[in-house]
Amino acid sequence: MSSGFAGPTLEVRGLRTHFFTRGGVVKAVDGVSFEIGKGRILGLVGESGSGKTITGFSILGLVDPPGRIVEGEIRFKGENLVGLPDDRLRAIRGDRIAMIFQDPMMTLNPVLRVDTQMIEAVRAHHPVSTKEARARARDALGRVGIPSPDERLGAYPHQFSGGMRQRVAIAIALLNNPELIIADEPTTALDVTIQGQILYEVQKLCREGGTSLIWITHDLSVVAGLADHVCVMYAGKIAESGSVDDVLDRPMHPYTKGLLGSVPSRNKRGSPLAQIPGMTPSLLNLPDGCPFAERCPRADGDCRAALPPMVEHLPGRAARCIHPHLEGRA
Amino acid sequence: MTEALIELRGIVKRFVRPLDVAAKVANVLGAGMEEEVVHAVDHVDLAIRPGEVVGLVGESGCGKSTLGRIAAGILPPSEGRVFYRGKDVTGDKLRGGKAQLGTQMIFQDPFASLNPRKRVEDIIGEAPLVHGLVTRAEFGGYVEATLHRVGLDPTFRRRYPHQFSGGQRQRIGIARALAVKPEFLICDEAVAALDVSIQAQVLNLFMDLRRDLNLTYLFISHDLGVVEHLSDRVVIMYLGRVVESGATEELFRAPNHPYTQALLGGVPRIESRHRRFEPVTGEIPSPLHPPPGCHFHPRCSHATERCRREVPALKEVAPGRLSACHLNDG
Repeated sequence: MSSGFAGPTLEVRGLRTHFFTRGGVVKAVDGVSFEIGKGRILGLVGESGSGKTITGFSILGLVDPPGRIVEGEIRFKGENLVGLPDDRLRAIRGDRIAMIFQDPMMTLNPVLRVDTQMIEAVRAHHPVSTKEARARARDALGRVGIPSPDERLGAYPHQFSGGMRQRVAIAIALLNNPELIIADEPTTALDVTIQGQILYEVQKLCREGGTSLIWITHDLSVVAGLADHVCVMYAGKIAESGSVDDVLDRPMHPYTKGLLGSVPSRNKRGSPLAQIPGMTPSLLNLPDGCPFAERCPRADGDCRAALPPMVEHLPGRAARCIHPHLEGRA
Repeated sequence: MTEALIELRGIVKRFVRPLDVAAKVANVLGAGMEEEVVHAVDHVDLAIRPGEVVGLVGESGCGKSTLGRIAAGILPPSEGRVFYRGKDVTGDKLRGGKAQLGTQMIFQDPFASLNPRKRVEDIIGEAPLVHGLVTRAEFGGYVEATLHRVGLDPTFRRRYPHQFSGGQRQRIGIARALAVKPEFLICDEAVAALDVSIQAQVLNLFMDLRRDLNLTYLFISHDLGVVEHLSDRVVIMYLGRVVESGATEELFRAPNHPYTQALLGGVPRIESRHRRFEPVTGEIPSPLHPPPGCHFHPRCSHATERCRREVPALKEVAPGRLSACHLNDG
């Protein structure tokens, strides 16, 4: 594991994942680039259909036909995962890169006991005895705050509550001490107090274990508390990226600004919310220009003529917009 | 104080799963099995004045939806009375005339709450036609006016629900509720399934409707940000009981009950960056076997012996402010 690799844990360059459907080509992910360093947390934010989940699936090679990665590089510790043979990918998945899904039942098999599933996950990657694998499983359950993990190992998934089930799914992700975890809306279905517990656990993990984390969500306020860096996605592209503080305090892209304005707690109580008009465009027939132009208060003819390039307006702060909000900035 | 539009007094709702044949036989043999009883709502009083917006907040299993359904008259309470404009309407399954039509409900899932085989004009227009609010001749114009009211293009009236996006469907659900000219709307997680930018549009619509039609709302949600923005008064529930209620601003500024404090503390906010999440410990107990005394005591850091034994009464701790906590007794 200590390969002495100094670069970012994950580097995604110009990723395009398209779905070839009967209705046409759906460009779910269309030119996405980002990177994430050791022990860092990246928030990938977007509304439904923005391509955030497919980006996560692409990294793990989980995109099924009719979808496929048509272009781009996904470099994990320097190794390009795109086009890697299945057995190589399978060796990495669940071992060095793990995924946590929104619905823990995507991870868990309902008819197998938790210990069976966890021991299998360890032994698939490491030649250890069942006893040793069981001990690792117990430790992982303990780490995510499941009380009396020894007894709970013998339980079936349906015997856990929703929040506990999500913890088991997280424990499985942690089993082999991955270097990267991709978490796709893991707390969206959970209650506020349970969400707080899960956030606490993953935060501790990244801080103490040096695990990198990609947190995919639609919830800007979770990202605010958790992430170091944020990428805002819209219609398959990254609209804006930068440090959490800068993006949330001084958004450049009108979409980010609109999204922040729609959050109720940022508006005066009872006053109308600053809403973004219209709705997200269909990915089947995207216009030539900026996909946000139809909903954007700043849009003009130039925006509709051609897709704006991703421009680094300030160091570490990029936005795909030709009329960015740069007021009051050097 | 003006007369309440709707008043719930001492509402109790128990869901009982009767013993099956095998269990009855086992009982004859002395197994001593008991019926499973869930106390979904446990002695709740709630009065809502005309024009008021009351937010009902709680985590899953706290009974907020059940209470909403009892207020709407689609679920009879096990104990307690429901008054509509001072008139006892408890148990009138079809509350006859004004009380029933005057109360309408908007549901969480815009995909499940609309009949997929009906056209939008029938979904919206059926009830007013049946109840004689419009004649056959006025039907078309009325449907179009209602669609326009909720911000949908009236030319869509011949379409089916599947031809609309989630946000548009929720507007159809709102139009259906508005079509019978209600006074009182019960919104059960009405914006929970929507994207942030669409959620803002629908919340704005709710606020416009309130102003224009002088509506009264019971707004049931787990999203504290939404409730804070919209409500005049907030009621917090935990495991079937009201633990605190009060004017929105004051309750959010200085929560009294430890559960309210934990709930408000756990909400991620855009303003709080890189925070260390400090979770409330413990699970939400099963409503099948709620803890004795104060339901919150196993998770409460201030719990004393008395909390384990005695149910705290809901008492006025400041004008208009009720809280059920022994700590207030000094």
